[in-house]
Amino acid sequence: MLKFPIYLDYSATTPVDPRVAQAMIPWLTEQFGNPASRSHAYGWEAEKAVEDAREQVAALVNADPKEIVWTSGATESNNLAIKGAAQFYKGKGKHIITLKTEHKAVLDTFRELERHGFEATYLDVQEDGLINMEAFRNALRPDTILVSVMFVNNEIGVIQPIAEIGEICREKGITFHVDAAQATGKVDIDLSQLKVDLMSFSAHKTYGPKGIGALYVRRKPRARLEAQMHGGGHERGLRSGTLATHQIVGMGEAFRIAREEMKIENDRVRKLRDRLLKGLQDIEATYVNGDMEHRVPHNLNISFAYVEGESLIMAIKDVAVSSGSACTSASLEPSYVLRALGRNDELAHSSIRFTIGRFTTEEEVDYTIDLLHKKIGKLRELSPLWEMVQEGVDLDSVQWAAH
Amino acid sequence: MAYSEKVLDHYENPRNVGGFAKEDEGVGTGMVGAPACGDVMKLQIKVGKDGVIEDAKFKTYGCGSAIASSSLVTEWVKGKTVEQALEIKNTQIAEELALPPVKIHCSILAEDAIKAAVADYKKKHVA
Repeated sequence: MLKFPIYLDYSATTPVDPRVAQAMIPWLTEQFGNPASRSHAYGWEAEKAVEDAREQVAALVNADPKEIVWTSGATESNNLAIKGAAQFYKGKGKHIITLKTEHKAVLDTFRELERHGFEATYLDVQEDGLINMEAFRNALRPDTILVSVMFVNNEIGVIQPIAEIGEICREKGITFHVDAAQATGKVDIDLSQLKVDLMSFSAHKTYGPKGIGALYVRRKPRARLEAQMHGGGHERGLRSGTLATHQIVGMGEAFRIAREEMKIENDRVRKLRDRLLKGLQDIEATYVNGDMEHRVPHNLNISFAYVEGESLIMAIKDVAVSSGSACTSASLEPSYVLRALGRNDELAHSSIRFTIGRFTTEEEVDYTIDLLHKKIGKLRELSPLWEMVQEGVDLDSVQWAAH
Repeated sequence: MAYSEKVLDHYENPRNVGGFAKEDEGVGTGMVGAPACGDVMKLQIKVGKDGVIEDAKFKTYGCGSAIASSSLVTEWVKGKTVEQALEIKNTQIAEELALPPVKIHCSILAEDAIKAAVADYKKKHVA
C-alpha cells in the first residue's frame, strides 16, 4: 500500500528512525538531569549519556570524542566554525575562500564577515558541480586564513575532493572547514586521514532529531576558534548552553546506526536511485544536473526542459520533492546552485531534486516514474516553449519581452 | 504554497489550450514573459468581422498561478470586443483567483498578454 504523498525529499530532512526515538524518550522523562550537575546521580547519568553519544558521533567520522562540540545544528556549527576561526586568525590575514554552491548557512556567514572587513572569494564550480582545483590554487593568497568547502552538495549531491583540498590548506597553514551536513551516513569520513580542521554535522539529515548538531574541532594540530555563544562555559567554553540530553542521545544513536548500516543501506538506495534515473531518462529533453560519478547514492537532480519547476511540483503533488533547495523554493528565483553550473534559466527553473532514503520502496519509485511521464507530457502540451522547439525555433534567438 | 480552489481548478482543467494559425487575418497573437523569469504566456484571440472576440486559446510555461491566470482570461475575453478586452485589469484576475501577493505578477502577465494579442490584431488591421 502506497502512502501519499510519497516522501522523496530526504535531503531536506529525514524521519527520526524509530530506534532513535525510543532511545531518546527516557531522557525526557525519568532521566531528565542536567549533564552539568555534578552533585547528584541525575546529573551523572545524563553526563554519561552525553559522553556516550559523543563517542558514537566521533566513531562515525573516526575522530576523538574530545574533538566533538555539540551545537543546535549544522547552521550553528557553520557559524561557529567560520566566524570563530576568522575572528581568531584575523591578525594573520583577512582573506577567506568558499564556493558559490555552498549552503546559505556558509554563504551568508561569509557575507557577514565581509561586512566586518574580511575579503571573501566565492569560487565558481565546474559544469559538473565540482571545485576547479586550479582556480582554487590560484585564489589562495598569502593572507588567506580560512577555506570552507562542503563535503556533499545539498542540491545536486556531488562530493567535493575534500582530501585534496585539505592537503593544500594544511601545507599552507590555512584553516579548512567542511560542512558535512549532507555527508554523514552517505560517504566514508575518516578524520584521521583527512586534513580537515573543522567539520559541521547535523542529526536530522541522518535519521536523528532536528535541533541538534555538532562541530568537529581538531586537536592535533589544534584548530583555534573564538566562541560565539557565551555563558556557563559548556563544551570547553566553545559553546555555552545547557546540553539537550535527549537530542544528543538521539544524534548519537542515529550516527551509531549510520555507521553500522551505511554500507548496506547505500547499496539499496543506490539501486533505487538508478532505477529512478533509468525510468526518467527516456523522457525527451531531460538533463541530469551534477556529476554522476562523484555523487552520493541517494540524490538525483534532473531538469525537464520547457516545463516550469513549480507547476511540475504542483502536478506531481503525490510526490514530496524539492525544486531547488527547500530554503530557496519559497522564492521565485531559480536555483543559484544550478546557475553556478552554467545551466540556463529555463533548465534551472525546471529542476527537481529527488532524494531517496531509508524508507523508500521500489513501488514508490515506480509510481513516481509513471507519474512524471504523465505529468510532463501534460505540461509540455501546455508549454509554448515546447511548441516552439517542436517547430524548430531556437529559444536563445528569441527576443523575450522581459517583465 | 497553498493554492486557491479556483487556481487548482484551472490548473487541473485548463480551458482553451492550444492555438490558431498566426497568419490568419482575424487572429491576434500575444507572447509575453521570458523563460528566465519562469513564465511565458502565449495568448491568441480570433476576432470576427464585427470586432468581437469569437474564440481564444493559450499556452503557458509557468507556475500554477500563471497557467490559471491565462486560462481564466481566455474565458473572459470571449464575447467581448477587442476594446472591452483591453479593460480587463490584472486586479480583477488576481481577485477572481485569490492570488497571494507573490503571484500578482502572474495576473499582470495575463493582462499584458491580452494587450499584446490585441496589439498584434490591430497591427494587421491598420490599413
